[in-house]
Amino acid sequence: MTTETALQTAGTPAFYVTEEEHAHSSTLLGFWIYIMSDTLIFAVLFATFGVLRDRYAGGPTPQEVLEIPTVALNTAMLLISSITCGFAMLEMARHRKGATLFWLLVTGLFGAAFVGLELREFFGLVAEGAGPQRSAYLSAFFTLVGTHGTHVTIGIIWLITLMVQIARKGLIQENTRRLMCFSMFWHFLDVIWIGVFSVVYLLGVL
Amino acid sequence: MFSNPDLWKFIFGRLTWQDVLPETIVFYTFFVVAAGGLAVLGGITYFRKWGYLWDEWITSIDHKKIGVMYIILGLIMFVRGFSDAIMMRAQQAVAFGANQGYLPPHHYDQIFTAHGVIMIFFAAMPLITGLMNFVVPMQIGARDVAFPFLNNFSFWMTAAGAVIVMISLFLGEFAQTGWLAYPPLSELAYSPGTGVDYYIWGLQVAGLGTLLSGVNLVATIIKMRAPGMSMMKMPVFTWTALCTNILIVAAFPVLTAVLALLTLDRYAGTHFFTNTAGGDQMMYVNLIWIWGHPEVYILILPCFGVYSEVVSTFCGKRLFGYASMVYATIVITILSYLVWLHHFFTMGSGASVNSFFGITTMIISIPTGAKIFNWLFTMYKGRIRFELPMMWTVAFMLTFVIGGMTGVMLAVPPADFVLHNSLFLIAHFHNVIIGGVLFGIFAAINYWFPKAFGFRLDPFWGKVSFWLWVPGFYLAFMPLYALGLMGITRRLNHFDDPSLQIWFVIAAFGALMIAGGILAMFIQFGVSIMKREALRDVTGDLWNARTLEWSTSSPPPEYNFAFTPIVYDHDAWWDMKMRGYVRPLEGFRPIHMPKNTGTGAILAGLAVGFAFGMIWYMWWLAALSFLAMVVVAITHTFNYNRDYSIPAETVALKEGERTALLAQHA
Repeated sequence: MTTETALQTAGTPAFYVTEEEHAHSSTLLGFWIYIMSDTLIFAVLFATFGVLRDRYAGGPTPQEVLEIPTVALNTAMLLISSITCGFAMLEMARHRKGATLFWLLVTGLFGAAFVGLELREFFGLVAEGAGPQRSAYLSAFFTLVGTHGTHVTIGIIWLITLMVQIARKGLIQENTRRLMCFSMFWHFLDVIWIGVFSVVYLLGVL
Repeated sequence: MFSNPDLWKFIFGRLTWQDVLPETIVFYTFFVVAAGGLAVLGGITYFRKWGYLWDEWITSIDHKKIGVMYIILGLIMFVRGFSDAIMMRAQQAVAFGANQGYLPPHHYDQIFTAHGVIMIFFAAMPLITGLMNFVVPMQIGARDVAFPFLNNFSFWMTAAGAVIVMISLFLGEFAQTGWLAYPPLSELAYSPGTGVDYYIWGLQVAGLGTLLSGVNLVATIIKMRAPGMSMMKMPVFTWTALCTNILIVAAFPVLTAVLALLTLDRYAGTHFFTNTAGGDQMMYVNLIWIWGHPEVYILILPCFGVYSEVVSTFCGKRLFGYASMVYATIVITILSYLVWLHHFFTMGSGASVNSFFGITTMIISIPTGAKIFNWLFTMYKGRIRFELPMMWTVAFMLTFVIGGMTGVMLAVPPADFVLHNSLFLIAHFHNVIIGGVLFGIFAAINYWFPKAFGFRLDPFWGKVSFWLWVPGFYLAFMPLYALGLMGITRRLNHFDDPSLQIWFVIAAFGALMIAGGILAMFIQFGVSIMKREALRDVTGDLWNARTLEWSTSSPPPEYNFAFTPIVYDHDAWWDMKMRGYVRPLEGFRPIHMPKNTGTGAILAGLAVGFAFGMIWYMWWLAALSFLAMVVVAITHTFNYNRDYSIPAETVALKEGERTALLAQHA
């Protein structure tokens, strides 16, 4: 009924838009949807980890292999990189290309430090005989933590690409849109890491 | 030349001469396929169509052309999947007592696996995605999808997945695990060959395409609707497409993740699903069905949308219970996540868990039943035109109700303990997938073909196809219900009890009728193309339809609408016709459109190389292809020049041609 009254009040309605509309970009919405789907991949890995977390198969337990101080440092690196990423976005909003690039560089360096520390941890574990083939627990550990690390690595490659593009083209609309997506991605990895840190490391050693 | 085995191993991985065309039947298949393929390639070269194909189709980011390509891919793979089916029917009809049939178990196991995988991932999915791609942007009054390049890339990734699976026919083997590749059978210890690897990489490559096309269509439907089209004014097909794509986005990552874990088990020696070191096979089964059950609804929901459009168009009435149809769709979307355990009640999770999942499963039949009644009430007192789309819809309603009722039977856990993995189950899901999804696709092809190509499909051969298909379906699958109730399990390639043979012979006869139906459909396409002048539709609104895609010409111009329509009602085009809409003849403006790009096809080609390298352990090929994909993808982002404008004069010219055509036929 409501539609009919709307029609009557409209009189002879316009059937089409005569002005050329500028389509608004759907990129950010699309990227949110992508992040949601990526979250599901992590959800599966978390669930898997939850099922396998005490399947040591006679191998090492978390108390024996996890080093909380290293992970604390690692976490600090990633959290700081999120802050500096925020600074980059603020500079972007002020249209300051140099400062944006500077903070992006800092973000990338902290991200690289995170990945470096994680790799060091992984190599140490494998050297101790606690590699992903040892037990279902370690398979789940390496896969969950490693998938997050792979995401950070991809993020760094993306970051470098974006920095080149900003350096060449400046803070044009396409680039700021991409930066917005990157920033969402980077913070998303931070959120996931909080989960990894709590579930894998803290609950593991407690 | 290759006296050095290490060098051979480095270059070709585990590929040896023994892997090339391993079975005699495959040998002949190869020659038929190769001859056909060479004829097509030769024809394209002879008629100098490579440039046209590349410019107009392969690199096209036009959602309509991508939709058509999806449907062509789906139909080709459907024929492949059907040849597997008829081979199985023939084997089961003869393999009794002393007769071992003509398919040895090793080959038979590959065939039933390939049949399931191909029909779901490479026939049904491309057909559904193709329909949504073609129809949805026009139904919402948009000129393209939200991310046109991504759309092209998605299609080519799906095609790449199909290519990977097809390679397994001629090089090495396909999985012998059943279509979901349950571990521990799919683990390296029990399936050391290339079969499961073909399966994994084929699905991963295609799955990425599916996921991205899901993201794309959700964003398109949410962001790009014409002014005035609120959510509750969207056509029902668009609603079902929205729910389906939400399901895709929320379910396919689970498939990606679980297949990745299986990949790690096979390639890196981890212990997710192994028998040793704490692995858990039932975790795989749970995870894959958390994807697998929503997948069923991913396939069926758009078909529900098709039936809704067809019923209201061919009854000349607005759909009965639009709002209840929308809510039923949403409820099904949500419930589809709460039923996955009914696929393995026999796991032994206990009475309370089984009861929960049994009850949620039965509840799904309520919104589905509501839909059936909505269609029936739309037909009630309608002026029904029994054109082909409507015939398929009626066949669907009769068939699907039977499939739905056997589904409710399977949902009862104690009954399921008897029927689990029996031919009753096979009959049930073919009943709903053929009777629901496939009939819907046939209705849709007959309904929207004239929109895509400007002429309708020949009704005579369409009816021949219909009358072979529908009785053929009943003959092929009703015997399986009976056999299942007798306790016959699925996936057997030989039987001892001769009293069962008659049922399998009837089923094989049904499969032959279906083969005739498929043949008639292709004849229908051929005849229609030859008689296209007689079948031509210049009005653009052949069926006197109700939604916006019928307001533009057939085939539509690349920009779909010269002016973006304004929407007041959920049957927007019907509303426009009722209130004396007059086609605008002047005042055209330049239209912004995205440019074609070959990046999607190139990336997909490299993905095939990567998968092939991984399957055959040719690590150099995998590494190089992967690196090349990264480089091509990054290079693509350096291209900022992605749009162009269609000048107002060109638009005026095209619209003028249509005006002249309409006047000529008025």
